Amino acid sequence: MGMTLAEKILAAHSGRDAVKPGEFVWCNIDATSGGGLRGLERLGVERVWDSQRIYVTDDHLAPPTSISVANDMVETRRLVEKYGITHFYEYGRHGIQHQVFPEHGYVVPGDLIAMADSHSTTGGAFNAAVTCATGESLYIMTTGRLWFMVPESIKVELAGTLPPWCVGKDVVLKIAGTHGTEAGLYKSLEFSGPGVKQLSIGSRMTIANMGVELGAKFAIFPCDETTLSFLQGRTEREPRPVAPDPDAAYAEVIEVNLTGLEPQIACPHDPGNVHSVAEVVRQHVRIHQAFLGSCTNGRLEDLVMAAKILKGRKVHPKVRMIASPASMEQWRAADKLGVLQVLADADVMVAHPTCGPCYGGHLGIIGAGEVCISSTNRNFQGRMGSPESFVYLANPATVAAGAVAGEIVDPRELYNFEKDEMTWPTKN
Amino acid sequence: MADEELIREGRVWLLGDNVSTDLMMPGEVMRLGGEGYRQCFRANRPGWVDQVREGDLIVGGRNFGCGSSRPAHLNLLRNGICGIVAESLGRVFFRNAINGSLAVLTCPGVSKAFDEGDTARVNFSTGVVQNLTKGISLQGIAFPADSPPMEILRIGGLMRLIEKELAKKSGE
Repeated sequence: MGMTLAEKILAAHSGRDAVKPGEFVWCNIDATSGGGLRGLERLGVERVWDSQRIYVTDDHLAPPTSISVANDMVETRRLVEKYGITHFYEYGRHGIQHQVFPEHGYVVPGDLIAMADSHSTTGGAFNAAVTCATGESLYIMTTGRLWFMVPESIKVELAGTLPPWCVGKDVVLKIAGTHGTEAGLYKSLEFSGPGVKQLSIGSRMTIANMGVELGAKFAIFPCDETTLSFLQGRTEREPRPVAPDPDAAYAEVIEVNLTGLEPQIACPHDPGNVHSVAEVVRQHVRIHQAFLGSCTNGRLEDLVMAAKILKGRKVHPKVRMIASPASMEQWRAADKLGVLQVLADADVMVAHPTCGPCYGGHLGIIGAGEVCISSTNRNFQGRMGSPESFVYLANPATVAAGAVAGEIVDPRELYNFEKDEMTWPTKN
Repeated sequence: MADEELIREGRVWLLGDNVSTDLMMPGEVMRLGGEGYRQCFRANRPGWVDQVREGDLIVGGRNFGCGSSRPAHLNLLRNGICGIVAESLGRVFFRNAINGSLAVLTCPGVSKAFDEGDTARVNFSTGVVQNLTKGISLQGIAFPADSPPMEILRIGGLMRLIEKELAKKSGE
């Protein structure tokens, strides 16, 4: 019997010829993020497993929002030096880890990575098995290993042609809406089909990112030209592309037809409560805040998509919009192309990279009775602030269109995506 | 030690489907870790923190603990919860709970077998879940005794495992 992507990667990292779903394996890990450096010191660990393969940045409360966060960072910098960690991204060179780490050669095809933060599945965009191990990075930093239960795999077959007004966000929301947020629970999602090559690396990152919103352990894309061209110049490490065997066994095959896809919106309070934009528009949902950013949709192409809506317009007088590029590389690229200027001219508050608004940490917490339309990944009750607030998840164009109109509208009313007369280069 | 079964008995709270870690540990208090435990379930069950008692159990619905990887299990432990049985568990929450020595078990059908306030007896080693109030018994999906999650639960959490491995290394 052949193996799926996840099975091949787990077998290769556990020194076996083959593995089967349900088996427990101890694997060698290719990289981790350095949450819990203080734990290492408390345990009396003198040397970390591999100082080159532990990446560290602060993204959740960046830059420090309180004295206690600032003191944590004082400790982090001291320990980064003590353990000789080479990949530390100081504020100004930083970003949300799922963006800034891949930009600096963290992940190549064939890798098995376990790291802090649930959205670690993002790394699956690079033909690698990347998953969350928040409490376990301490174990990995000490031993270079971690245990896994070999997951069943689900093949997600992307067919048809993605319309110009849709991006990866709409694809993953469509899957969540159709198959539910448990569809991939404990499983590995494996993307395939002719739709894949139409997806930019950014769209693949968005889909893999929200793989965790489908419950998944891994969300893995195949390796192609798009993957390799992103990696060009970012790493010396050799890619080890992995493809599933033709006779690999899948627990399920999910087919997604991209043709005719409409912009999708997840309504409160669940990422699986998904409707097409037309259905939501009919409800005349007034909004108070629009947020564009996060590891889900904070890349150059997302900022460009929003700028097409916002150019020559103003954010509605009763709305505030915040934009936060996902990394300084994305920030600088958007600035160079004049995209940030377009946003600022539209009265968007352009901020720095941070996870803050997405999880109600800082920089745009919303209050009781408020509604936010957001390019982020979760709309659980209380996610962005007050338990009595409401979050709608959408693609960057729908977020920007909502900010202009003051209520949720169809972005196609504000920009003709088929003609697409406003062009910016979006390759990053 | 390996032969000792992991059993918890206590009063049950029914929490429903898709209970996110955001509900257990809101973003605002996330970095406080277990110190923010009074905010647990403030959005979905206001006042719960005043009613829950040491040794209570949670019976969850589907996808219990979905979402963020924040250490939300700390807020359940700080409120006295000693074990969780659910229709299904968010993967990240599941691993965090095991690593933090909070016993968890997947048991399809469990949310229909209990009313809030019933007494449950849960054997996390064998997977047998009993509703002592109603006299019902169900079979959950326990992990093999020699699997890493059971080993970590038995030893008292991931930190104990790291200490054990470090001691082994320095003994070599």
